[in-house]
Amino acid sequence: MKEKLIVIGNGMAPGRMLENLLETDPTRYDITIFNAEPRVNYNRLMLSPVLSGEKNYADIVTHDDEWYENHHIKLHKNTPIQSIDTIHKSVRTHHGDSFAYSKLVIATGSNPIVVPIPGSDLEGVMVYRDLDDVEKMISIASGKGSAVVIGGGLLGLEAAAGLQAQGMSVTVIHLADTLMEKQLDPAAGHLLETAMKLKGIRVITGATTTEIHGTSQVSGISLKNGTRIDCELVVMAVGIRPSCSIANIAGLTVNRGIVVNDAMETSAENVFALGECVEHREICYGLVAPLYEMASVLAKRLLDQPASYTGSATATKLKVSDVDLYSAGDFSDSPDREEIVLRDAKAGIYKRIVLENELICGVVLYGDTTDGPWYFDLLKKSVDITEMRETLVYGQAYQGGVSLDPTAAVAALPDDSEICGCNGVCKGTIVTSINRLNLTSLDDVRSHTKASSSCGTCTGLVEKLMVLTLGENYNPAAITPMCGCTHYGHNEVRRLITANSLNSIEAIMQSLEWNTSCGCAKCRPALNYYLVCEWPDLYKDDYQSRFINERVHANIQKDGTYSVVPRMWGGMTSSQELRAIADVVDKFNIPAVKVTGGQRIDMLGIEKDDLPAVWKDLGDAGFVSGHAYAKGLRTVKTCVGRTWCRFGTQDSTGLGITLEKRLWGSWTPAKVKLAVSGCPRNCAEATCKDIGIICVESGFDIQFAGAAGLDIKGTEYLGHVNTEVEVLEYVTALLQMYREQGHYLERMYKWARRVGVEKIQSVIMTNSEQRAEYVARFELSQSVAQVDPWAARVNGEHHYEFNKIEPKPIRATA
Amino acid sequence: MNVLIWLEVGVLDDIPIRGSRRIKHQERRIALFRTAENTVYAINDSCPHEGGPLSEGIVHDNCVTCPLHNWVISLDTGAAQGADSGSTETYPVRVEGNNVFVALPELNS
Ligand code: SRM
Ligand SMILES: Cc1cc2nc3c(=O)[nH]c(=O)nc-3n(C[C@H](O)[C@H](O)[C@H](O)COP(=O)(O)OP(=O)(O)OC[C@H]3O[C@@H](n4cnc5c(N)ncnc54)[C@H](O)[C@@H]3O)c2cc1C
Ligand code: SF4
Ligand code: FES
Repeated sequence: MKEKLIVIGNGMAPGRMLENLLETDPTRYDITIFNAEPRVNYNRLMLSPVLSGEKNYADIVTHDDEWYENHHIKLHKNTPIQSIDTIHKSVRTHHGDSFAYSKLVIATGSNPIVVPIPGSDLEGVMVYRDLDDVEKMISIASGKGSAVVIGGGLLGLEAAAGLQAQGMSVTVIHLADTLMEKQLDPAAGHLLETAMKLKGIRVITGATTTEIHGTSQVSGISLKNGTRIDCELVVMAVGIRPSCSIANIAGLTVNRGIVVNDAMETSAENVFALGECVEHREICYGLVAPLYEMASVLAKRLLDQPASYTGSATATKLKVSDVDLYSAGDFSDSPDREEIVLRDAKAGIYKRIVLENELICGVVLYGDTTDGPWYFDLLKKSVDITEMRETLVYGQAYQGGVSLDPTAAVAALPDDSEICGCNGVCKGTIVTSINRLNLTSLDDVRSHTKASSSCGTCTGLVEKLMVLTLGENYNPAAITPMCGCTHYGHNEVRRLITANSLNSIEAIMQSLEWNTSCGCAKCRPALNYYLVCEWPDLYKDDYQSRFINERVHANIQKDGTYSVVPRMWGGMTSSQELRAIADVVDKFNIPAVKVTGGQRIDMLGIEKDDLPAVWKDLGDAGFVSGHAYAKGLRTVKTCVGRTWCRFGTQDSTGLGITLEKRLWGSWTPAKVKLAVSGCPRNCAEATCKDIGIICVESGFDIQFAGAAGLDIKGTEYLGHVNTEVEVLEYVTALLQMYREQGHYLERMYKWARRVGVEKIQSVIMTNSEQRAEYVARFELSQSVAQVDPWAARVNGEHHYEFNKIEPKPIRATA
Repeated sequence: MNVLIWLEVGVLDDIPIRGSRRIKHQERRIALFRTAENTVYAINDSCPHEGGPLSEGIVHDNCVTCPLHNWVISLDTGAAQGADSGSTETYPVRVEGNNVFVALPELNS
């Protein structure tokens, strides 16, 4: 019979240990895991991106149910172990069931510390440790309210940034005078504080929380100095304590953590421990890299192979977007230590290197963290830095020979330098795996080497290695980038705008590391649209990121003149309108007048400088811009319908006009054209439009995703509704869904093909809640967008566009 | 050879950042550009491709993308970038304090 291995706790440390164990010998043990959490193993580091909305639970699962099944591991979820009997070699669950082991691994992690102040037991006072915590925080946040985070360390700041991304207004209360005082000196702490404040997070340092208020639910907190802050959520992130109660009760040797030796053995025979719950050589660790080293040692030991764990140096990065912070090693003051500090306030850079006997023992980098792994490597290898002391602080690029090109810097790294700190993967391993296993995508490299699969901050380094190894053959993640300025695709950019609350083109380019100084003619208009769509009432349209037509609200022609198309609502006009157009044509000597394919009149060949005057006269006659140039609603074609036609079933003209009046104004990913036909004879050609309505006896058939331009495509059937009011509601929701999901310049039919016609149908036709939300968001957008751009320009907006500079002579030169 | 005349064309703020202004100079089309880094350029407002008005393009780095068929023209040299070839004339610019001066060819002399 197989030996029975029982594991208590299903966190990151034992997860990795089991992977190592099964890789070497999948058959030796009959494995059972007990976990207090009601789920499989996931990447705890990634809770912050889940909290901020960048990822979801499915993205961060490390081992799914299938994995346990495939490896014949019995996982008891939601089953805490209550006691261990080391004499009879068994464990007992909270249900009272006993299970015998031949080897036992304790991996209970740690518990967040809750400061015992009055009110700390109120509903809404939380810690930040597992997925339940994150889910609860997200449900409380739901886009509003205030939160207080107690503790300005790594975890507290990540919680604060996440809650802020969830739409809460957040205050961080920190006991020490500066943030992360264990890692940063006061000056760097202030840099960090400024960065957090710039994100909109309030920071109060040197503050003690004395009381949490509320009756059953938290309503606020009080500080020692009397300040009171109202809030619906309090997150305590003041530290962790190894979780050792069951080890204690079982009589194992426990100090701060469960004491283990270099073989990961506890004081009891056949009982091992690893992870945050252990104390090894008087140190308790709180980061995954050391735990993974323990995991590898323990896996070997369980297979009777020689291995010992001798302790780890640790490095960490703050996972808050726009804030680059790296710290490694130890910074405590001592007489034989000296430090080198570099500050560049303008560039927001701070570097601090702590030396002892010409060896690096600690490093903090703020603002520019690219050299982090290089310093950490020097630290771990105890490299004597005497030779490079003068230039050490400037980083690897300044150490003789290596060029400033970041890829060259990665090329120059020795094979054994560590790239992924979380998983302890070095450069050589990655390069060999890429070559040996023909890995071509980042995901492949992640799954085979584990590099960049945990916190993900070394992704850039791994990608550089892929470029170096594969050259042209490396196609980053097979995502089609938006343009040459970035490796992100449209979807990623839109997701990150939302998740990180990016609210300007500069912020996007900065935080997504655009490789050009201000983008190009492809990405700038796209980013501008995404921002307009995401923050309709807050974002200020970037005029210089628009194509000329949308800047001057007319269509540029091949000779540099413009054409002007006023709206003719639903294609209806009148003698008075036609007369006004005739007058304008005569007055400005407009060379051509044409009836367009969209049922309205185009005046072509107008000089740019005449545009405001032309618009003035058109405006006086009641015309507004027809947006013939816009990524927005263009025409709504109609037929004469029931009012005149002997077959007409509904007022198709009237409905077309109502739709046009409701939908014009807001920007869309690409142009949008509608048509309404009064009966299935379909004289308005509604079945080749972005959205088409066919009136029938019993109501209205809504069609969408048609085209008749570069591609000819008949529409897809969306659904049938009975009333005009419903037509307006469903069409508005559909348009907003497209606005939020369409890639810039992607016509509705291409969007529908990409995301799936059925999916759109099921949301718009059956989900009344989502439909209402789409309508509400469209209305918010319309409240600022339905402004006639022609009238605005007649009133002087961007007047400099329409007149030339007249230069004055000063002096002649040769 | 054309004689270049230094002309005062106004102040920096007359030109939008990452934008342009057109200059009226003896029936010539000249465009003034101002980049994100506040560098000012003056170039012939005519694309080497089919004469498109470069002043109406999108400015990025020190280039402009022509509004008609998306050629990218360097504001510094007037040359078409990438796979396209051709070039349009550029003129010297001086910024003194807030005042902008351009040296343009004097046709009548
Ligand atoms: C004026 C007009 C032709 C006409 O004289 O009738 C016209 C003129 C232009 N069309 Fe059109 N299209 C016009 C109706 C159409 C129609 C018919 C319709 O709307 O019922 C179509 C086919 C329906 C469709 O869109 O699916 C049409 C399909 C296109 C396309 C192909 C779009 C596609 O995604 O397949 C383009 C190219 C583009 O947008 O990139 C285009 C682009 C253009 C541009 C904007 C080309 C350009 O970039 O300069 C032309 C601008 C001329 C100008 O300055 O006024 N035009 N264009 C029509 C204006 C309608 C209006 O009142 O606003
Ligand atoms: C939000 C957040 C962000 C972090 N970011 C980073 C980072 O960027 N870099 C980094 O290096 N580290 C980071 N950490 C720390 C890292 O996640 C931990 O060091 C690591 O997860 C600890 O692994 P573990 O297996 O020891 O314990 P855990 O992953 O905590 O697992 C312990 C498990 O045991 C279960 N358990 C406890 N008692 C019992 C019992 N009696 N019976 C059964 N089951 C029990 C618990 O429910 C838990 O599921 C972060 C932690 C958090 C919370
Ligand atoms: S069909 Fe071609 S040429 Fe005619 S208006 Fe449309 S884009 Fe211009
Ligand atoms: S005229 Fe400039 S690209 Fe064609």
